[in-house]
Amino acid sequence: MTPRRKRMLVVFGILSGVAASVALAVVAGRQNISFYYDPTQVALGKEPPGKGFRLGGMVVKGSVSRKPGDLTVRFVLTDFAHQVPVTYTGVLPDLFREGQGIIAHGTMGPNGEFVADEVLAKHDEKYMPPEVAASLKNKHGVKPTT
Amino acid sequence: MWTWFYRLASPPYVYRTAAALTPWFFAGAALMIGYGLVDGLAFAPPDYQQGDAFRIIYVHAPSAWLSLFAYTLMAVAGAIALIWRIKVGYAVAAAAAPIGASFTLAALVTGSLWGRPMWGTYWAWDPRLTSELILLFLYFGVISLRQAFEDPARGDRAAALLGVVGVVNVPIVHFSVTWWNSLHQGGTVMRLGKPEMPGSMLWPLLAMLAGFMFFFGAVLCMRVRGEVLSRERQSAWVREAVIS
Amino acid sequence: MGGYARFVWPSISFALAVLIWNVWSARRHHARALTRAARAVAMARSEES
Repeated sequence: MTPRRKRMLVVFGILSGVAASVALAVVAGRQNISFYYDPTQVALGKEPPGKGFRLGGMVVKGSVSRKPGDLTVRFVLTDFAHQVPVTYTGVLPDLFREGQGIIAHGTMGPNGEFVADEVLAKHDEKYMPPEVAASLKNKHGVKPTT
Repeated sequence: MWTWFYRLASPPYVYRTAAALTPWFFAGAALMIGYGLVDGLAFAPPDYQQGDAFRIIYVHAPSAWLSLFAYTLMAVAGAIALIWRIKVGYAVAAAAAPIGASFTLAALVTGSLWGRPMWGTYWAWDPRLTSELILLFLYFGVISLRQAFEDPARGDRAAALLGVVGVVNVPIVHFSVTWWNSLHQGGTVMRLGKPEMPGSMLWPLLAMLAGFMFFFGAVLCMRVRGEVLSRERQSAWVREAVIS
Repeated sequence: MGGYARFVWPSISFALAVLIWNVWSARRHHARALTRAARAVAMARSEES
């Protein structure tokens, strides 16, 4: 084997070894790498016990309620398979609205209601001007998915 | 057959060619970035959802793409240097590292400023953000490792190895938003299928990407010349180059 | 900028600053390499004579 061939093997050997280790670590730590759990996982009891975790889903239309003069807001998150009611006191991100993707951090209350201490909005990778979005809405009667 | 490859890699050839390419790269960069910024900031319509905040994409996305491209180039140059013992490869790897690190920082900072109004936070330990931060640490690691050795040749080899090892992170950054639940959204342009953006928003973005690539070419050529000089100080051709 | 000016302009500025830093840093790097190379050449020449 030429010295160069040997060096090539060393380089690719190290690269493969590292790639394999990382792949293994990633697969093993799958759940912990994900930024949030969805309502289905919560329904199946897959959320981490005890400490807080992140719950992600879409805000169900008509589920947002707020008592006048109260900063506390209630809404329901869904992944179209299961739903979780959420309560949150604090400032909401600009993008928060019905039909929006939301990631809430908090703990599960005893009554099955998720008590959030942080609410983040998640948006998708679609960009379009307002007129296009409006015409989509008029055509299909549906907002572009967020 | 390989002689053209080795000729391409001859230090004086690289030194001269980089000098010739630099002004063209800068011209392309100025044109593309000039058009892209003006069109993107002033004329592209606002986004139905993010309003004018989405305009940060015109610097954030090109920075992020460059951060991955530069690292890949650095890793490939280092691997070629290690395997074929081509010194110019080490020069290219050494040149690419600080440039790539600066674009990684730009991606993180502009991304953070974009995240605050849209997501509601400056930072989150989401897979995309975390792996991009790791990329920044890898760049710093490669740069420091090279300096850590008294013998520059050993420094070059060690840095090249770390570069190759770290390249595993590049696909992780890219696919993180597909593989895991994340806060960061998926790709708008770098995806299979049509870009999720109308022409009026997309053209300035593509121009900014091209502009940043031209710019990278220009500053890479500048740095490579310095890196080649310091590795070839004893050579005859350097004497000529220095005198002129 | 539709109320988002305080996020958009600092972002653009930071990115432009990174571009400027790159040009400045690359120039400085080459200039230093040239100086060191010139010094090495001068030293080698004085050793020869």
